[in-house]
Amino acid sequence: MIAHSGNMETYDYDVVKKFTIMSVVYGIVGFLLGVIIALELAFPELNGGIPYLSFGRLRPLHTSAVIFAFGGCVLFACSYYVVQRTCKARLFSDALSKFTFWGWNLVIVLAVITYPLGLTQGKEYAETIWPIDILITVVWVAYFINFVGTLAKRKEKHIYVANWFFLAFIITVAMLHIVNNLAIPVNLTDSYSIYPGVQDAMIQWWYGHNAVGFFLTAAFLGLMYYFVPKQAERPVYSYRLSIVHFWALAFLYIWAGPHHLHYTALPDWASTLGATFSIMLLLPSWGGMINGIMTLSGAWHKLRTDPILRFFIISLSFYGMSTFEGPMMSIKTVNALSHYTDWSIGHVHSGALGWVAMVSFGAIYHLVPKLWGTQTWSVRLINVHFWLATIGIVIYIVSMWISGIMQGLMWRAYDHYGNLTYSFAETVGAMHPYYVFRAVGGIIFLLGALLMAFNVAKTIGNKGEPSPLRTA
Amino acid sequence: MNHASIEKSIPLMAILTLLVVAIGGLVEIVPLFYLKSTIEKVEGMRPYTPLELKGRDIYIREGCYNCHSQMIRPFRDEDQRYGHYSLAAESMYDHPFQWGSKRTGPDLARVGGKYSTLWHQAHMRRPKDVAPESVMPAYPWLEKTELDFADVGKRMEALAKVGVPYSREQITHAANDLKTQAGLNGELQGLQQRYGKRVTIGEREPGNHPITELDALIGYLQMLGTLVDFSVPQPQAR
Repeated sequence: MIAHSGNMETYDYDVVKKFTIMSVVYGIVGFLLGVIIALELAFPELNGGIPYLSFGRLRPLHTSAVIFAFGGCVLFACSYYVVQRTCKARLFSDALSKFTFWGWNLVIVLAVITYPLGLTQGKEYAETIWPIDILITVVWVAYFINFVGTLAKRKEKHIYVANWFFLAFIITVAMLHIVNNLAIPVNLTDSYSIYPGVQDAMIQWWYGHNAVGFFLTAAFLGLMYYFVPKQAERPVYSYRLSIVHFWALAFLYIWAGPHHLHYTALPDWASTLGATFSIMLLLPSWGGMINGIMTLSGAWHKLRTDPILRFFIISLSFYGMSTFEGPMMSIKTVNALSHYTDWSIGHVHSGALGWVAMVSFGAIYHLVPKLWGTQTWSVRLINVHFWLATIGIVIYIVSMWISGIMQGLMWRAYDHYGNLTYSFAETVGAMHPYYVFRAVGGIIFLLGALLMAFNVAKTIGNKGEPSPLRTA
Repeated sequence: MNHASIEKSIPLMAILTLLVVAIGGLVEIVPLFYLKSTIEKVEGMRPYTPLELKGRDIYIREGCYNCHSQMIRPFRDEDQRYGHYSLAAESMYDHPFQWGSKRTGPDLARVGGKYSTLWHQAHMRRPKDVAPESVMPAYPWLEKTELDFADVGKRMEALAKVGVPYSREQITHAANDLKTQAGLNGELQGLQQRYGKRVTIGEREPGNHPITELDALIGYLQMLGTLVDFSVPQPQAR
């Protein structure tokens, strides 16, 4: 379907619709994989001795499915929607739009095939083998051209703040992806990274942490800067704050990577530098949170009636919490305890489920009726999803806090005779109940996503009372 | 400059963004390639033997790094549990590095020689048999799959391209050296001449069994952390 803006130019909603549907699909796939591997840690026999289902091969599939398939499709859908609405212009090229959709989905399908087969580069969050890496690069360049081309067609003089974040995300991810994946191929599936040991570790976490910083943070802040003011029907709280925190975030985030390598063989100066910038990073992170939450000033009462707005506000709250927790964990003395434990896993999920997934759900619920020109099928069901997601996340995070801190303390515990109190195996045994709780939290979260899929499908088919499409 | 002028220009915004995001990485990454103090000078480090290399590839294929670190931190408890803290030099031939980020299972940086080959075989077959609390999946397929090492020379050539000092001789003898280390025929002398005395020879049951993926993986695990000799006082202070 084609919608008309004020100046009668038609927007390309077709590609936005496709990415929106796939983000719902991949969300469920990613969460389901998370539940499966969580259960495998609680009940290790669960893979049935089948290589393709073993934890080591499925865990990268889970992380990639959630970050790049679910998160990626949400970002393609929302950036393509937002850039058109805020520029009052159709996407630059229909062919490039189609190419990015099919190209990105091909990347995902190839990852789904190769990971269980054990075809991997062995670098966290960058496991895809080299031919897929090249395909990603090509799709990304097409995305960049399509996005910038649309910006160039804008009818407004100023580039809207959401698009600064999308642009920074596209540019930085290109840089990270290319540098981190440079390798010499052995054959069509295998390759060796060109960087050795220490340098490879540094580059990997420069990439890894900024996949968080730019894929999961900057880009989703772009999304927030459009959907929160829209849903609250209020202007962004502070224009000046958005300028300051945008540039500060872009500059500071890049430095934070080596806090993943405290007390390792990476030179101390590098990890200290990483920690220093991580602590400073609290300020621009909270700048974004404040700008989002304060956009509601004068409209707080809407939280009582609008569950979509509730998704946005709780996502910003989780964002604020995890961007406080992160700098704290980057302090060396805290990191000495938290590193290598489930605390890191809990921290990642308070960001990925609490911030990224919640803000995405809000955006999807906002988008679907607008794109298809229908009315939300059930607002009550959105509310049920909200509570399932929130309860699921809290169970998840709390069980990981307990297991992480407990295991960290058990590893360093000494008895009266100066011997280590616990064998490693004993500390693993102590984790079992928390691994079960974590899986329960994940299942509850997954149930909420299934409700969303049902509600979205019903909303698309809800031809009864079409709501009028409004221009940005 | 007024911020409005940046907001109105795509090239300006894009270039400034690229500059701003490039700085941190340049400062943190580039010096690691030329500061001599980054990697200590130690005795004993050598490139992996063909068998260890194949084992390492299997380690990566199975995603072992998702649950096992290979990086011992300089803490009293880690020293007692795992041994001497890891040195940068010990991963100088690792492409990619395998330090890991999570210890769902124990650190493996110095697991070499800690357990017998028999223990490893039982452990990989069914971890709970030797560690009842273990949450590690069983890897029964490894001992049933014959190791395909036709490409091992090619792999060493690729690694040589990224800076691992494999000699022409080592690459030519790769397949034979692999068989020797797995405990099949071959002459030990050549292998030790090419890789030094610290090469663990696989224990094999009598009979003519093929070399399996498990043999290679255990070959890799039994080498981990054994190359640098810590009984000699080193590494020297910077």
